[in-house]
Amino acid sequence: MSKIKNILLSFTALVMLSFGSAQAGTPGNTFVMAKDIADIITMDPAEVFELTTGEIIANIYDRVMMFEPEDLQTLVGGVVESWEVSSGGKTITFRMRPGLKFHSGNPVRAQDVVWSLQRVVKLNKTPAFIITQFGWTADNVDSLVQALDDNRFQITITEDFSPGLVLNALSAGVASVVDKNLVMSNEKDGDLGYEWLKSRSAGSGAFSLKTWKANEIVTLEANPDYRHGAPGMKRVILRHVSEPSSQRLLLVKGDVDMARNLTPDQIKGASGKSSIAIDNNPKGTIVYMAANAGHPILGKTEVVQALRNLVDYESMANSFLAGQFVVHQAFWPGGLWGALEDTPYKQDVEKAKSLLAAAGHADGFELTIHTLTNSPFPEIAQAVQADLAKGGIKANIVTLEGKTLWPKYRAREHDIILARWSPDYVDPHSNADAFAHNPDNRLEAKLTGVLAWRNAWADDASNMLAVKARNELDLDKRKQQYLELQTMLQKTGPFVIMFQQNEQVARHKGVVGFVSGSNFDLVFYRNVIKQ
Amino acid sequence: MDQSTPGDQQSAGPGLALPSNLLKIVGVFASLALTFIGLTAITFIIGRVMPADPVLAIVGDRASQEVYDQVFLQLGLDKPIYIQYFKYLGQLAEGDLGTSIMTAQPVADDILRFFPATLELATVATLLGIFVGIPMGVVAAVHKGRWPDHIVRVIGLIGYSAPIFWLGMVALLVFYARLDWVAGPGRLDVYYDGIVEPKTGVLMIDAAMSGEWEIFRNAFSHLVLPASILGTFALAYIARMTRSFMLDQLSQEYILTARVKGMPERNVIWGHAFRNVLVQLITIIGLTYASLLEGSVLTETVFSWPGIGQYITNSLFNNDMNAVLGGTIVVGICFVGINLLSDLLYRLVDPRVR
Amino acid sequence: MLAEITLRNWLLAEIPQSKSQARCQRVYISWLAFRRNPVAVIGLLIIASLVAVAALAPWITASDGLELHLSERLQAPGSEHWFGTDELGRDIFDRIIWGSRITLYIVALVSIIVVPIGLLVGTVAGYIGGWVDTVLMRLTDIFLAFPRLILAMALVAALGPGLENAVLAIALTTWSPFARIARAEALTIRNSEFILAAQVQGVSTAGILLRHVTPLCLSSVIVRLTLDMAGIILTAAGLGFLGLGAQPPTPEWGAMISLGRQYLIDQWWVPTVPGIAILVVSLGFNLLGDGLRDVFDPKSGG
Repeated sequence: MSKIKNILLSFTALVMLSFGSAQAGTPGNTFVMAKDIADIITMDPAEVFELTTGEIIANIYDRVMMFEPEDLQTLVGGVVESWEVSSGGKTITFRMRPGLKFHSGNPVRAQDVVWSLQRVVKLNKTPAFIITQFGWTADNVDSLVQALDDNRFQITITEDFSPGLVLNALSAGVASVVDKNLVMSNEKDGDLGYEWLKSRSAGSGAFSLKTWKANEIVTLEANPDYRHGAPGMKRVILRHVSEPSSQRLLLVKGDVDMARNLTPDQIKGASGKSSIAIDNNPKGTIVYMAANAGHPILGKTEVVQALRNLVDYESMANSFLAGQFVVHQAFWPGGLWGALEDTPYKQDVEKAKSLLAAAGHADGFELTIHTLTNSPFPEIAQAVQADLAKGGIKANIVTLEGKTLWPKYRAREHDIILARWSPDYVDPHSNADAFAHNPDNRLEAKLTGVLAWRNAWADDASNMLAVKARNELDLDKRKQQYLELQTMLQKTGPFVIMFQQNEQVARHKGVVGFVSGSNFDLVFYRNVIKQ
Repeated sequence: MDQSTPGDQQSAGPGLALPSNLLKIVGVFASLALTFIGLTAITFIIGRVMPADPVLAIVGDRASQEVYDQVFLQLGLDKPIYIQYFKYLGQLAEGDLGTSIMTAQPVADDILRFFPATLELATVATLLGIFVGIPMGVVAAVHKGRWPDHIVRVIGLIGYSAPIFWLGMVALLVFYARLDWVAGPGRLDVYYDGIVEPKTGVLMIDAAMSGEWEIFRNAFSHLVLPASILGTFALAYIARMTRSFMLDQLSQEYILTARVKGMPERNVIWGHAFRNVLVQLITIIGLTYASLLEGSVLTETVFSWPGIGQYITNSLFNNDMNAVLGGTIVVGICFVGINLLSDLLYRLVDPRVR
Repeated sequence: MLAEITLRNWLLAEIPQSKSQARCQRVYISWLAFRRNPVAVIGLLIIASLVAVAALAPWITASDGLELHLSERLQAPGSEHWFGTDELGRDIFDRIIWGSRITLYIVALVSIIVVPIGLLVGTVAGYIGGWVDTVLMRLTDIFLAFPRLILAMALVAALGPGLENAVLAIALTTWSPFARIARAEALTIRNSEFILAAQVQGVSTAGILLRHVTPLCLSSVIVRLTLDMAGIILTAAGLGFLGLGAQPPTPEWGAMISLGRQYLIDQWWVPTVPGIAILVVSLGFNLLGDGLRDVFDPKSGG
C-alpha cells in the first residue's frame, strides 16, 4: 500500500513542479495568432491560392498594385508609383517607385517585376489564370511583358479586357514582386526557383518568412526598412490550432493575442470577458448552393426557383450563424464595387410548392446534398434539409473533406453542393467568370475552374453580358452591367446564393491595428501594436 | 486493445531436426517481410482507391484542367497501379519515402519531426501505466473481493471504457481552463519555439541536454495532460492484466506452501508471486505501448499535439499518399516489432509452451 | 408423478434424458454461475437496458430527435429537455435514445460479419493445417499488424463516409483475433477421438468443421467478442468523431460528440452526455464480458 502512495506522491510532485511554468501572456514585441493553418502547402506566390497562405504572402511581398490598410477601397500602386494606359487600352506602362529594396538587400527593379510575372505564366500553376487570361502564354509573355529600363516596364494584353480589370488583377497574389537574383541563384534544373521558394520567401514587404513548420507554426520577422516604415511588431506568429475551443482557451488564458477561427457561439462566450474585444470584418466569401443542371429534375428553372423560395435564410442567419454570416443573394459580395445588395428571397413554402407543381413535381422528389465537414456547413445542410422537406423534397446529407468533395464537383457527380467561394482578385469579373460565364458546356471542355461549367449550366445571354462587362471601358456602364448580370443570375441558373461571411476575430483589448479587409488576402499585420 | 491468448502459440507440432532457433529467426524475418509487403500493398491500394484526389490537394479546386493534367502526369498517376507500387517499393529500398504534399518536405523529414512527439507521449503514458497500474493490480489481486479490489476494477473499467477523445476534452476544460494546473494544447508555449535544437526530437530530452530548464518544465507541463489521458488507458489495461496474472499465481500450491511455512505476506506477494508474473507483464507492457502508438491519433487531435497520429490523419484526408504510406509503415513496423518481441519473450518464458 | 417434476428439477437432474435437455442444463448452470458475480450481472443489466431503450424508443421519446428548433438552441438541461438541446435545438435526450439503436446496429452488424469470418478462417486453418494454415495465418497477421484505427480510417476514407462503411471497416480490422482463437481451439481438438470417429464415418471436412469443431469454439469466441465490443463501440465513436461515421443528422453518439465539441466550454452538456452514454455502454459490455469469461474460463481471471 505504501508503495502505491509513494508512487502517486512522486507523480503528483512532478506534476506540481511544472505548475506556473506556463508563460502567462505573449512577449510584448510578438503578435501571436491562433489559426487553422493546415491549408498551407506552399509559400511560392506563383502557386499560392489557399486562404491562409494568401494572407501571409500579402504581408511578405509587395505587389504591382495594392490596397493598403489605411484605405481598403482605393487601388494604389504597390511597387509602382505611376502608370499610363495607351489609347487602345491594350498597353500599360508603369514607373517604379525609387529606392525600394528586397529583404536580401537587392534593389527592386523593373526587371524583377517583369521576371516575377513571366515566372507565373511559365510555371503555370493554379492561380496563373488570373494573368494568363490577358492572353499571356509561356511563348509570348517575354515579349508582352518587358522591362524598358531599370525603372519602367510595360505590359501588353491581347484580349479586350477593361484596363480597370487588368489593374485590379495586378493586385492579386500572382503579382507579387519576387527577388529575381536571390531566387535564380537557388534555381535547380531550370525550375525558376520553384523548389527553393516553396518554403522560403524572397520579397520586399513588411515581413520576411523566418520559419514554416507545416501544421505547426509560421513565424514572420519584421522588415525594419519597409517603405511604409517598420512594422509595429518585431515578430508575427501564426500558431496552428485546429480546434476552435482550444483557440478560445488559449486566447482567454493569454497564450495567444488573437483567435481567428472562433464560431459564433464561442465568440459569444469569449466576448463576455472584459479583456477580450471582438472585431467584425465583412469578407468576400459567399456561401451558396449549386444544383446540377444536368440532373433531370434540378435542371428545370422552376425547381431551382422553388429551392430559392424554400430556404429560410433569416432563421439561419439569426440563430447559429448569427454574427458571422449575413443574408446575401448575389454572386459578387456586398460592400465591393459593383455589388448587388438586393435580397429578394425569403421562405415562401406556398410559392415553392406551386413552382414545383408547375414543374410537374408536386409530390416532391429525393436528392443528396454534398457539403464540407467543417462548421457551419453541416449545420446549414441540416437546416436546408428541414426547409426542403416542407416542400416535399427529401434531402440526404453527405459531408466530405474538401479534397474528397472537389473531385465530385469537378466531375459533375453531384445533385446539390453546398459550399463557399471567395474572389481570386478584387474585380467583379473574378466571380462573374466563375458563376456566369461558361463558353463551352460540353463535358470534354473540362472548364473545371468555372462553377457554371461544374453545374452543367450555360446561358447565351449570361455569357454575352459577362464578356461585355469584362471589356467595358466606361466605369459607370461597367457597374450597371454587373448589377444586371447579378440580377439575371438571381432568377435563372443553378445557384442559390445564401450568405456572405462576416469574419469575427477575437483579440485582447490591448492588441490593436489588425486590419482585415473584404478579400481573403487583404489582411495586414504591419500596423499591429500592443498598448 | 489486443489481449494475447496463450493458447494460440501452438504451431503444427514438432518434427524439424534442423537448428530450430536459426529457422525460427529466419521465419521471423520472413514473416516480417511478408507482413510489411502486405501492409504497404493494402495501404497503397487504399490510397489509389480513395476518392480524395491527390492532384487536387496540390493544385486546389479551382485549377484548370490543364494545370490538373500537368500535375497528374508529374505524380505518375497515369501508370497502372502495380507499376506505381513497384516504383514506390523501389524508392523505399533506397530509403526514399517520397515528398509530402501537405508539408512540401520529404516524408522522412516529416516523420523524424513528428514521430518523437508521439513516442514521448506513448512512453510517458506507458510509464504511468506501469508505475500506477501494476501496484493497483497487485493490490486488487491480494485483496480480492474486498473494497480495494472493487475500486481498482471500477477505475480500470472506466479508464478502459471511456471514449478517449471525450476524456481529453473534459480534462482540458477542467485542468487547463478552470484549474490552471497544466499548460494547454500544443507541445510548447509559442515563446519558446525554436530555441532548443532538435537533437532527438523529444523536447524534454533536448531541453535537458541543452540545460534549458525553463523549457523543460514548460514541455513537461504541456505533456502531463495528454500523457495522463493516454495513460489511463494503459493503466486500466495493465492493472487488469496484473490482477489476472497475480490471481493465477496466488492460487498455486507453492504460494500456499510458503504461507504455511510462515513466510511474511509481503515476501509471498512481492518476492514470489510477483516475480513470476513479471515476465508476462513485460509482454503486456509491450502490447500496451504498441497500442498507444496507434491510439494516440485521437488524443493528438484534441491536444493539438504534432505527432505521427495526426500526421497520418491529415494526410489521409488530403490523400497525401506518400505521407500516409510513410507514416503507416513506420507505425506498422513499430507495432509489428513490439508485438513480435512480446510474442517471443512470452514464448521464451511461458513454462506451458516449453 | 409428472406433476411433481418442476422446471427446476428438470434443469438440475443428474442424468439428462435427451440432448436438448443436456443443452438447457448447461445454459442454466452457466447462468447460475454467472448470477453469482454481481459485477457481471450489472453488465448484463446495462446491456439489457440498452436493448430495451432501443426497442421502446418511439414510446419513450417526445420526438424523433431530428426536428430542428433553431430558436431553442443550446438550452441547459431542465424539466422540458432533460438533457438540454443541441446546436440546432434538438432534444438531446431523444437523440441519445434514438442513438442507442445505432449503437446496437453497429454491435449487431459487426458481430454478424466478424464471427463467421473469424470462425471460418480459424477453424479451417487449425483443422486442415499445412500450407493452408500458413497462408491463412499470414493473412490474419497482416490485418493484426495494421494499427487498427488507422486501417479503419483508411478504409472508410476510401469507401466514403457513412455508417455502413464504418461498420465494414471496423469489422475488417477486428476479425483477426477471432480467427486466432478459433484456430487454437481447432488445433486442440483436431486429434481427439470423436473427430477421428467422425472421419472414419465418412463425414466430410465441411461437415466436421461445421457440426463438431465450430460449436466448441463458439464459447471462447463469444467471450472474446463481448470483451472486444467496448473497443468496437469506441472505435466507431472515434470514426464518428473524425467525421467518418454516420452522417448528419443521424444521432450517432460519436458524431454527436464531434459536432458538439466546440460547445464544451459554455454548453458542456452537448458533447458530454453522448460521451457518458458511450462510457456506460462500453462499461456494460466490459462487465458482461468479464462475467462470461469467468463462467466459461474461470482460470484466466478469477
